[in-house]
Amino acid sequence: MHPVRKQRLYLVLFVVLFSSAAAGLVMYALRGNINLFFPPAEVAQGKAPVGKPIRVGGMVMDDSVQRSDDTLEVRFMLTDYQANVTVVYEGILPDLFGEGQGAVASGVLDENGVLLATEVLAKHDENYMPPEVAAALEQSGYDHKGNAK
Amino acid sequence: MIPEFGHFALIIGFCLAIVLMTVPAWGAWRRNTRAMSLAPGLAVGLLVFVAISFACLCAAFLQDDFSVKVVAANSNSLLPPIYKFSAVWGNHEGSLLLWALILSLWTAAVAVFSSQLPLLVLSRVLSVMGGIGVGFLSFLLLTSNPFARLLPGTPADGNDLNPLLQDPGLIIHPPLLYMGYVGFSVAFAFAIAALLGGRLDASWARWSRPWTNVAWAFLTLGIMLGSWWAYYELGWGGWWFWDPVENASFMPWLAGTALIHSLAATEKRGLFKSWTVLLAIFAFSLSLLGTFLVRSGVLTSVHAFATDPARGLFILVFLALVVGGSLTLYALRAPAVTSRVSFEWLSRESLILCNNVVFLVATLTVLFGTLFPLIVDALGAGKYSVGPPYFNAVFVPLMALLVPFMGVGPVSRWKKDSARRWQSELAIPAIVAVLCGFTLPLLNASYNLWVALAVTLSSWLVLGLCRDLWYRVKGASTLWRGLRRITPSYWGMFIAHLGFAACVTGVVATSQYNIEHDLKMSPGDTEVLAGYEFRFVELAPVRGPNFIADEARFEVRRNGRIVARLAPQKRRYTATGQVMTEAAIGAGLFRDLYVAMGEPIGQDGAWAMRLHYKPMVRWMWLGAILMAVGAFTTVLDKRYRRQRSTAAAGAANEALHGA
Repeated sequence: MHPVRKQRLYLVLFVVLFSSAAAGLVMYALRGNINLFFPPAEVAQGKAPVGKPIRVGGMVMDDSVQRSDDTLEVRFMLTDYQANVTVVYEGILPDLFGEGQGAVASGVLDENGVLLATEVLAKHDENYMPPEVAAALEQSGYDHKGNAK
Repeated sequence: MIPEFGHFALIIGFCLAIVLMTVPAWGAWRRNTRAMSLAPGLAVGLLVFVAISFACLCAAFLQDDFSVKVVAANSNSLLPPIYKFSAVWGNHEGSLLLWALILSLWTAAVAVFSSQLPLLVLSRVLSVMGGIGVGFLSFLLLTSNPFARLLPGTPADGNDLNPLLQDPGLIIHPPLLYMGYVGFSVAFAFAIAALLGGRLDASWARWSRPWTNVAWAFLTLGIMLGSWWAYYELGWGGWWFWDPVENASFMPWLAGTALIHSLAATEKRGLFKSWTVLLAIFAFSLSLLGTFLVRSGVLTSVHAFATDPARGLFILVFLALVVGGSLTLYALRAPAVTSRVSFEWLSRESLILCNNVVFLVATLTVLFGTLFPLIVDALGAGKYSVGPPYFNAVFVPLMALLVPFMGVGPVSRWKKDSARRWQSELAIPAIVAVLCGFTLPLLNASYNLWVALAVTLSSWLVLGLCRDLWYRVKGASTLWRGLRRITPSYWGMFIAHLGFAACVTGVVATSQYNIEHDLKMSPGDTEVLAGYEFRFVELAPVRGPNFIADEARFEVRRNGRIVARLAPQKRRYTATGQVMTEAAIGAGLFRDLYVAMGEPIGQDGAWAMRLHYKPMVRWMWLGAILMAVGAFTTVLDKRYRRQRSTAAAGAANEALHGA
């Protein structure tokens, strides 16, 4: 084979091998690390899997936030005004977390339908609502401030 | 009056941009020298009017003109003046105006500093920049006018700037980031101009290289500042979240890194020409995509601001025009510019190719992870999110793969090299690097295999560089003379690669050795972290210019000696009532001590506290600064200023034969 062609062949082989290795890596990494969003209504209907990482988002219900007196455990309810999901989180909540505000919690559902959250999503801006939460509220006929339309 | 004046200046700027886009391009097409020579003047005029417009918006902010909508929404009479100034770009409209300002700054800079460029090329480049300017200025004027008034209904006071943005880091972070983002438009414009002219050669690479390096340096600094800001301002001690908006700035950086390396091969050896052009298009398209992601709010992100769908659509159409147009042009013109230069398997060219493949694959994987939720959602398959573990799992191995090649790079020769030479040059660095990897992590309390690997890889880089520097200096009569002989280009590479090594070490060490405790603490309590004794001394109320705060005072002791006094705060901003955590950091070259307040627990004055011990976290940012310094250094090289005669001859040649 002509040396230039041979070089080109090696080059193409290298690129192909490398890209397929990368693609494989991407698939492998993606499998374990994506999680699906569920509005509280779907969690209540039992559509969300138990024991798998998911995200649940909605408004934090008024008067639902309970803090433990001696640990960092916090319990609160997320609602889309159709159903509620209880969330348990141990740790420090983001600054803009509050009752009557939108929030997204990611974690694992236990058998009782309680979300054991490992992360509660913060937002940077008071007027900002995570798009999933806005869509979930939209479905149950509320605007992003939690007022019925 | 001032805001209307600013609006008017913006409209004039828009008109100038239209003229800049069309007339010199027409001139270049018809070989009309008068039309072409209008370009530099128009570019400077564009800068003047956009700058006037920007100054008017600044004036509106500084004078608390709350009849202007963005001022009312983003400023407050109690806001310290410096933050009133940075509030100008702490919102959608203002940040776009800043974008337009920086674009016209780059355009004018190309016009002023390119006296060596042939007029034909210069007019094409400036026309393309003018076209981008038209896009952004029409976006500003049509969808996001920063000078819109609230008349009647002017509020008595403003809504205040988002407290997270009231921070010194945020005063310079957006301008630097935009300097980088928009700077790639210069590389893009040069690429398009070259495609239009059908001439891609070493002189083209030499012209666009300094611009690309400077843009890349600014982008590096911008990303570094963003990461630093997130670290001390967001209050949870992370420095990189693989958040879509961070990715939006990171993807152009990755593509830009590939670009600056392939430009080197194009300049030195006339290789990879069409590939380099494609990378330039790619890098700028990713900048635009980043703007789209940030400004349209399509992705869930901790950075996203409330948005308007019309804006997203506008940028999407603009993006489609730029990407579609430039790729079409590429498809039509690129086959004409293939290179006929060959190189051996073992050569610097191959190593640069490795760099390009790794960075391109890294860009694509980040792009995929960022867009995956959007694509799946558009297909109606559910609302997924892709978390940091995905990005880490993909990105870390790619970078680990890169470093072994990177160590050989500086030592290698163009065109043809031999394995035997590499062996004799690098055997000692390799052995010493492995030894360093095994021994240096022992200095820490716990041995960690990942850190050992990172130290091995970065010492491999550093030792390879030093070995090469030694060979370059060795022949000279004195050390000083030897060092003087080395070109700024080489120094730039040297410093930037050192920075990369520091960055790798910092990232891995801080991720592996980081210790984080979230716990309940009352005044008087003590907690020990990695040998540091954190004592919560007292809680005190504090009053700031536009906030009130609870301040927790900490003393940190090591072996009985006080090493830091930390005072984190929990602030409540009076205008909005927004609560914000202000972390306190005891910074050091080898470790950071980090304390942030959570919320009060129970009735006895106890608080949730977040304590961190973060070793070598500064190395990451210092490394990024070194990379930027390196990229700036390369521009000082003399060869970028001495090409006038050859360039002019080339252009005359082109004009003679017709493009």
